[in-house]
Amino acid sequence: MTGHSDDRAPASALRRRLLQGMAALPAAALLPRAARADKPATAAVNTTGLAVTDDTVTVGILHSVTGTMAISETGSVEAEKLAIDQINAAGGVLGRQIKFIQEDGASDWPTFAEKAKKLLVNDKCASVFGCWTSASRKAVLPVFEQYNGMLYYPTFYEGLEQSKNVIYTGQEATQQILAGLDWIIKEKGAKTFYLLGSDYIWPRTSNKIARKHIVDKHGLEVVGEEYFPLGNTQFNSVINKMKLKKPDVIYAIIVGGSNVAFYKQLKAAGIDLSKQNLMTISVTEDEILGIGGENIAGAYACMKYFQSLDNPNNKLFVPAFKKMWGQNVVIGDVTQAAYLGPWLWKLTAEKAGSFDVDKIAAASPGVEFKGAPEGYVRIHENHHLWSKTRVGRARTDGQYDVIYETAGLMEPNPFPKGYQ
Amino acid sequence: MIFGYSFGDLGSILAMQGFAGLILFSVYVLMALGLAVIFGQMGVINMAHGEFMILGAYVTYLCSHLFTAYLPGLFAIYFFVAVLLAFAAAFALGLLVEWAMIRHLYRRPLDTLLATWGLSLVLQQLYRSIFGAREVGVELPDWMMGSQHLTDTIEVPINGLLVMGLTTIITIGVFLLIYRSNWGKRIRAVMQNRTMAAAVGIDTEFVDRVTFGVGCGIAGVAGSAFTMIGSTSPTAGQLYIVDTFLVVVFGGAASLLGTIASAFSISQTQSTIEFFLSGSMAKVLTLLAVVGILMLRPQGLFVLKVRR
Repeated sequence: MTGHSDDRAPASALRRRLLQGMAALPAAALLPRAARADKPATAAVNTTGLAVTDDTVTVGILHSVTGTMAISETGSVEAEKLAIDQINAAGGVLGRQIKFIQEDGASDWPTFAEKAKKLLVNDKCASVFGCWTSASRKAVLPVFEQYNGMLYYPTFYEGLEQSKNVIYTGQEATQQILAGLDWIIKEKGAKTFYLLGSDYIWPRTSNKIARKHIVDKHGLEVVGEEYFPLGNTQFNSVINKMKLKKPDVIYAIIVGGSNVAFYKQLKAAGIDLSKQNLMTISVTEDEILGIGGENIAGAYACMKYFQSLDNPNNKLFVPAFKKMWGQNVVIGDVTQAAYLGPWLWKLTAEKAGSFDVDKIAAASPGVEFKGAPEGYVRIHENHHLWSKTRVGRARTDGQYDVIYETAGLMEPNPFPKGYQ
Repeated sequence: MIFGYSFGDLGSILAMQGFAGLILFSVYVLMALGLAVIFGQMGVINMAHGEFMILGAYVTYLCSHLFTAYLPGLFAIYFFVAVLLAFAAAFALGLLVEWAMIRHLYRRPLDTLLATWGLSLVLQQLYRSIFGAREVGVELPDWMMGSQHLTDTIEVPINGLLVMGLTTIITIGVFLLIYRSNWGKRIRAVMQNRTMAAAVGIDTEFVDRVTFGVGCGIAGVAGSAFTMIGSTSPTAGQLYIVDTFLVVVFGGAASLLGTIASAFSISQTQSTIEFFLSGSMAKVLTLLAVVGILMLRPQGLFVLKVRR
């Protein structure tokens, strides 16, 4: 295994870069502008009229801080601001400090589109970090393509999409799902599965992939598949059904407030997650805050990042995040993915030697970020990330014990053959 | 074998499923009672009903923290204190809202819809500013989470029993208040004929205010109870509002008995269909049935006979 040394090298590189940046900052401030070393001229790095000056570059942050989705998107905003802060402290991007303009999508998809247009057309943002739900991403996608903007999208999602104007820093469905199923089939000898989900595109597409994998690839059985309206708060009937069918694994992709109701009622119905296998891909540490660790302890979650991850990068990242946003905050998978956005953009801009969106898009494939809290990521030709997938087991304190990770990086495959 | 289940299984599942239906019934009644008082008796369309419920939930959340910090010995029973405080808080907020807003709108019932919808947005943002946008976890004493084994295969969730108990108490309380007390006579008098009631010396403004407050207070209790089964977040109230109106309108707005009958029929239909088909399908079919029946009986199941 070379994983260990792999993980170590990038961290020290990041630390070195941070230290250099911090040391250089006061000195740089004293020098006259022209005398600063290795800063390319504005005309050279910006040929398309983006909001770039000799000292600053403007980016956008576009998430919901009001409305239903604020619950989920708050962490992403916090992570992006932390990343921008750190990049600025380390000297900025191409010698320029990042300024950000934050807009509120207000959990409303047309508002997302309108604000995206404002960030691109009025503010000329060099890149935008934002969106959370697939619905909001679908709403802004035509805007980014029409006005040629660059979006860094943090959420794990259903796949079936690829755009020159988007970098997907979360996992697409096959990356997140397959490894976890393989693991639970091998380790727990699981033969029967009960699939659950909230009734919209992500859980349905994901369960479709899971079902194909279980039935077609492994020849095992799905004994039930069921969906509930978003916001559903009553799960007693399906819990009774599961008690009857006794599946080896409950595979749950329930989101939002429903999550809390589901796990509380599961526990109240006497289903003990230390005995009944339950795997989810929709419960991060963020969601456990609402569910309560005691209600979900024992469940398996399959995603790429857990706050408890033991690697040098994460040991720097978690304290930095808590220092900025409070000791009680938790960091979930999407929050970490959001943190990658500004860093990947910075590394890409430096590789391209330009802020131009076309050059960024072209230079993105192959860009690697060795300081990622999840370990190491690299951008694929399809603008998704190569990343490891991990299985965590929920503890009563709301954190996960990481009990499995894939040996190598999982290839992103947004259009999986045989799974559609 | 029926639907792929053996007969032994079927027996116990019938019992548990019947119980699941009863729990859903209690949840619906508890949600709808406060609204039945406000909408049914007063004619005010209170779109902020869900937010009053969430106020109760947040009071419970605060209580759990206070008890953990200062009275850990009494943590096991903090929930009952929380329910009372939730009632008090929602009642107080209800009085304030009635005084500041609702009383100006009694002659324009449709405008109460807009005004209270605005109020619900304001309250949501207020909760968000105070408690943060994220969901909060309300920690409950261990004895409240878990289930009671009746036989090997039949288990009954304890929080479900608690909701049922609470619902029974509140329902009886509301019935006594409205149909057996002098206060209830005044409420009904004001609702049936405001001018006449005022003419015989009833302080209609005071009756309005307290009635609205009581309705909100009951919503607070419901919110407090629902921390056992659902989530607590600034927007969680929205999860309940549609079902709540459905129950009240279907039952016949002015009839408490109607509310209970409608909660019973909706919950039983839903949990039965949910068991044999699926969650989303159950919702669709239940709504279709409700729409169908309302087309035939626009007044709802039960009608109060009043000379207009």
